[in-house]
Amino acid sequence: MKKQLKIVVLAKQVPDTRNVGKDAMTPEGTVNRAALPAIFNPEDLNALEAALFLKDETEGATVHILTMGPPRAADIIRDAVFRGADGGYLLTDRKFAGADTLATSYALSCALRKIQPDLIVAGRQAIDGDTAQVGPQVAEKLGLPQVTYAEEILEIKDESLVVKRRLEHGVEVVECPIPMVMTVNASAAECRPKNARRVMKFKNAMTPSEIAAAPDSAAAKMAAEKPYLQIFEWSAADVDPDENQLGLLGSPTKVKKIENVVFQAKEAKKLTGDDKQIEELMVELIASHTLG
Amino acid sequence: MANFFSDNKDLQFHLGHPAMRKIVELKERGFALKDRYELAPQDFDDAMDNYRRVLEIAGEVCGEVIAPNAEGVDHEGPRVENDHVVYAAGTSRNIEAITKAGLGGMTLPYEYDGLNFPLVCFVMANEMVARADAGFENIWGLQDCAETLNEFASEDIKRLFLPLVSAGATCAMDLTEPDAGSDLGAVMLKATYDEKSDRWLLNGVKRFITNGDGDVSLVLARTEEGTADARGLSMLVHDKRDGGVKVRRIENKLGIKGSPTCELVFTNAPARLVGDRKMGLIKYVMSLMNAARLGIGAQSVGLCEAAYREALKYAREREQFGKPIIRFAAVSEMLSNMKAKLQGARALLYETTRFVETYKQYTHISHERSLEPEERQQMKFYTRLADGFTPLVKLFSSEYANQLAYDAVQIHGGSGFMKDYPCERLYRDARIMNIYEGTSQLQVVAAINAVTKGTFLEQIKEYEAADYSEAMCAVKSKLVELRIKFEEMVARVESLDKEHPGFKDFHARRLVETAGHIIITYLLARQAGESSEYVDSAQIFCKLAEGKIGEAYTYVMHSTGEDVALFKKVEGEECC
Repeated sequence: MKKQLKIVVLAKQVPDTRNVGKDAMTPEGTVNRAALPAIFNPEDLNALEAALFLKDETEGATVHILTMGPPRAADIIRDAVFRGADGGYLLTDRKFAGADTLATSYALSCALRKIQPDLIVAGRQAIDGDTAQVGPQVAEKLGLPQVTYAEEILEIKDESLVVKRRLEHGVEVVECPIPMVMTVNASAAECRPKNARRVMKFKNAMTPSEIAAAPDSAAAKMAAEKPYLQIFEWSAADVDPDENQLGLLGSPTKVKKIENVVFQAKEAKKLTGDDKQIEELMVELIASHTLG
Repeated sequence: MANFFSDNKDLQFHLGHPAMRKIVELKERGFALKDRYELAPQDFDDAMDNYRRVLEIAGEVCGEVIAPNAEGVDHEGPRVENDHVVYAAGTSRNIEAITKAGLGGMTLPYEYDGLNFPLVCFVMANEMVARADAGFENIWGLQDCAETLNEFASEDIKRLFLPLVSAGATCAMDLTEPDAGSDLGAVMLKATYDEKSDRWLLNGVKRFITNGDGDVSLVLARTEEGTADARGLSMLVHDKRDGGVKVRRIENKLGIKGSPTCELVFTNAPARLVGDRKMGLIKYVMSLMNAARLGIGAQSVGLCEAAYREALKYAREREQFGKPIIRFAAVSEMLSNMKAKLQGARALLYETTRFVETYKQYTHISHERSLEPEERQQMKFYTRLADGFTPLVKLFSSEYANQLAYDAVQIHGGSGFMKDYPCERLYRDARIMNIYEGTSQLQVVAAINAVTKGTFLEQIKEYEAADYSEAMCAVKSKLVELRIKFEEMVARVESLDKEHPGFKDFHARRLVETAGHIIITYLLARQAGESSEYVDSAQIFCKLAEGKIGEAYTYVMHSTGEDVALFKKVEGEECC
């Protein structure tokens, strides 16, 4: 790589939907965020590992996290710093609330214009929405080429990366010039663990709001004194947006109805594949509202 | 997300022990280090927060990486290629993860890039690693060799080697040879000083060397030509990158298969002298062995934890005669005993660790400044306790590891005999624990002085004088009875030993184990006062102790001087 890569990882704090208990859903059918622990979106950790891999392999590269969310989303920035990231930006403002993928990618792209990275890496999708839209939308908004479903960086060239993509029926190797956006699959290398020494050094990293919330605590005093312990915190105004495109206002997605689908069948059925059986199955699935 | 620290309340309890306050203060030199080192904590709470966070990282690496790799590592094992060890793929992944987690040099001082954590934290990490994969604990846990360098090596050597260990280098201690196992005084590997290179050149063979191809090796060698006993031996340190050591073969073992046990051939391998000549076995190996015995204590307790969990899980899931087998009295009794032994062994492990830590810190401080009279007295007091308790913890925990692994297989029934469940691996892995770093029989030899010189009895009386919760009243009275029995046994053995030499040796194990049973019960009773979690285990362990001591008491009190000769008759048996 000719230049010192400036890498931004797009990350999201999500409710842990992998181990859902009986309280995971509200009676209205929405996610009960209070009952589920907030975690680093798993595929964003794969994205972070890809970024840290590039940092290890190229001279002078930096890795920063960009996340949009409530103030407590600063947790995942700290988590990323413990694993090797240099720092992060928290995009937080009530004006961002209620954003669908379009409004989210718009807000992120505003912040990214300000940061001007050479490489944007994101997880393929978040486990709460499962849309896989934000990464590609960011690329479109910034007019950057994108490599989706990335599994492995095979080669680092002067001005481009050679990347292996994991697709439904096989793999594809592509070369893409930087700047670019890359979204990373769960099948990529797992993220390295938190590092003991980094945890001890950076555990008091805070956003200005966190420092302001407990200004007299020893941790806040330390964070205020040492520049490396400061997490950037941006409001909507800081990223210079068209406010009509933010949050609920900027989100064309409307939820019409949410339904709990409970599967009745207890056991697997074996079909031979003749037309009559397939037709019967279709009728059954439509009747049970599994399809249609 | 499996986390072997977060899921283990017992470990967290021991981390919160009141004695930690003093230990941390000693380790951090009254929190004066924070002005010099970026990582040094501001105060006690800050330090404890660091320990918890880092142990959580260790717990996650154990639960998410090392444990899932264990089966593959056991199956694949290491191999020799071009005279060097190639680890199983899973072992390499483990090393990579644990190194990236920055867990090397946990107890080493900040100035050598260490974390300067108390030994308690290192023992906990070791225990978790062993729970995940006992064989890998050997490779990772051997970093405690660096403590011996830190204690005895010159500043130059420390600056060369300790930062390597902090960065994740693995270690080995090259002691045993084909003709020198337990009898290390017979070591023959030759060290010759080479003036030109200012190095000692090593020539000879070492056998049964755990992780023998590690990055940093401490080698026991004969520096004094013409000698044949312990007084001619010195300790040297060898850097793998300097070459000269070939791995001739790896042993094919019953268990801990992922840990390479090597036969090494040294050909003019350059090495540096650690500390003083001729003190190799007398002083430094003793230090290494004490650390290693505590390490095996941690490994054994980790294995106990794994065995108990496997057994409990299976007993709850497996149904026979229309109900889970845990609901049969025979099974629940086994599980209750397993839990009591696990918690008892752990209580003894951390009590011992705290003793070792305290005297070690005073030793280090004594190199920086002269100790106050009271400090010197404390150092002596804790050294004596550590010397008695270290073999005791090795003895009990390694025997329990075997008993728990045995019971875990038993609870699994026929399935436990198959390769389908992890308990068969635990059963094989446990078998070495009461053998290496001194067999159980040798731990008894090391601990018997603490019986005859009164160290154990004094400490038992210390425990006896403490306050116990109401729930522990019955246990406490029972313990007083058992202590009186212990004293009767010791008195009888000592008096008969005078007329019948060998009588004390003959009963040594019964005496040491009796002391151990009383001590462990006290530790659990004390814990029960702080947390109701331990009330059941204290009561159950007390029953075990009563049974065991009753048996030992009957044996000793009915034993006569003639028994010594009776049990020696086997020496004359012919082999066919």
